[in-house]
Amino acid sequence: MMTQDVWEVIWLSLQVTTVSVLIGMLLGIPTGTFLGLYTFRGKRLVVALIYTCMGLPPVLVGVVVYMLLSRYGPLGALGLLFTPEAMIIAQIVLVTPILAGLTMSAVQAKERAYWETAKSLGASPVQMMLTIVKEARGGIWSGVAAAYGRAISEVGAVMLVGGNIEHHTRVMTTAIILETRTGNFTAGLQLGLVLLAISFLFNSFLMAGVLNQMRNGRR
Amino acid sequence: MNRVEVRNLQVSYGNKTVLAVEHASFERGRFYGIVGPSGAGKSTLLRVINLLEKPASGSLQLFGDETDLTSLSYSKGLPLQRKMGFVAQKPSMFHASVYENVSLGLRYRKREKAEIQMLVQEALDLVELSHLADQRANTLSGGEAQRIALARALVIKPKLLLLDEPTASLDPYNISIFERVIQTFHRQTNTTVLMITHNLPQARRLAQTCLFVNKGRIVEWADTDAFFNRPACIELQDFVSGRMIC
Ligand SMILES: Nc1ncnc2c1ncn2[C@@H]1O[C@H](COP(=O)(O)OP(=O)(O)OP(=O)(O)O)[C@@H](O)[C@H]1O
Ligand SMILES: [Mg+2]
Repeated sequence: MMTQDVWEVIWLSLQVTTVSVLIGMLLGIPTGTFLGLYTFRGKRLVVALIYTCMGLPPVLVGVVVYMLLSRYGPLGALGLLFTPEAMIIAQIVLVTPILAGLTMSAVQAKERAYWETAKSLGASPVQMMLTIVKEARGGIWSGVAAAYGRAISEVGAVMLVGGNIEHHTRVMTTAIILETRTGNFTAGLQLGLVLLAISFLFNSFLMAGVLNQMRNGRR
Repeated sequence: MNRVEVRNLQVSYGNKTVLAVEHASFERGRFYGIVGPSGAGKSTLLRVINLLEKPASGSLQLFGDETDLTSLSYSKGLPLQRKMGFVAQKPSMFHASVYENVSLGLRYRKREKAEIQMLVQEALDLVELSHLADQRANTLSGGEAQRIALARALVIKPKLLLLDEPTASLDPYNISIFERVIQTFHRQTNTTVLMITHNLPQARRLAQTCLFVNKGRIVEWADTDAFFNRPACIELQDFVSGRMIC
């Protein structure tokens, strides 16, 4: 693999992962906050569903998204199969339940007293959500770190719906598989180390925030 | 219009009724002390009025129209909520600066930034803690935190101030500051105050009218002087003389 190609692969991995996690945050954090704060009929079912989806096998997600996007599938007309967009869709399906589930536990871990204090001070429903998200930010950031780690190192789904096409949908994980399969162990290992480094960097960046939060949170 | 009224209030947990109040009416600008044995339902009464607890039945009138509490949604309750300030026994401070904590109610009400600054400064001066504005609120001492919680409730200039044993865990120095602050605020603003306390001398010092709550009912209601010097019911006689140990 040429150096330039390596950069391209890394760059695409980062793009796909970042976009999916950002969209997943937009969907998952409000959902998790809502579930953590309010009770309603059928909530237990929704929560059970989210917990189940947190452990979805990526390959299964890949198959389902593949079927949806394939030429004769319900979303076939969009022509998204074997594009980065398809990989992003699959990743969103994978990370959103993680973000919703971990946000929910972070919000629930905050004592009810915070909810009551904000309500007493006159928070509207939206202001209440924002206040509690801010209060639970440490736990929510660890959820983001977990989601990012899962998305960037995931291979089954992106392989299926992206197709590992050179200069188009090849990302780090699928490149590693290809290199290894063609006997190019050194290149595979090198890319693997880059992947490790990125996960590590990202996680320590977030962990610093979490630790800082913990230090400030406890006397 | 000019009063706070509670009607047909009933709160139950399981099949146990912990509070039943047919009618209670609080005048604007008056300071009420609420006393009674532990578990009598005092906190429940304030929490229901503060919309933190939904009763099985009951309605609330807060210087305005009567509102049925059983069917009140969060958003519908918001205008009522914004007329009240609440300080509990144990303050919970958000993990942010003292300034941010005190300004929160004003920010929820979307006040102008300059106005917020002025009002927060005023409230911090009132509780004599302006020097702590930038400190993180979760690092405050118990007494400081409670005074900040009071500033946070007063800064919005509530029409009804609800205090649930706010000085129960404070030292005499902080208690005297706390009492002075609520007294000053009460005199200057014509706010109605409902204060639960286990400290009978404190109720005598601050309240104009006292209520005795026992076993989920308001059993006596009188001007403070008569309440303590000429209690009518036996339970209250026992309670004020210290014979009722709870
Ligand atoms: N969530 C709940 N579930 C069951 N019972 C409850 C609940 N909340 C309160 N109670 C009961 O309601 C009764 C009244 O409680 P409340 O807190 O109003 O008493 P109180 O007069 O404030 O007592 P204290 O002086 O000890 O604070 C108590 O018997 C209490 O155990
Ligand atoms: Mg109580």
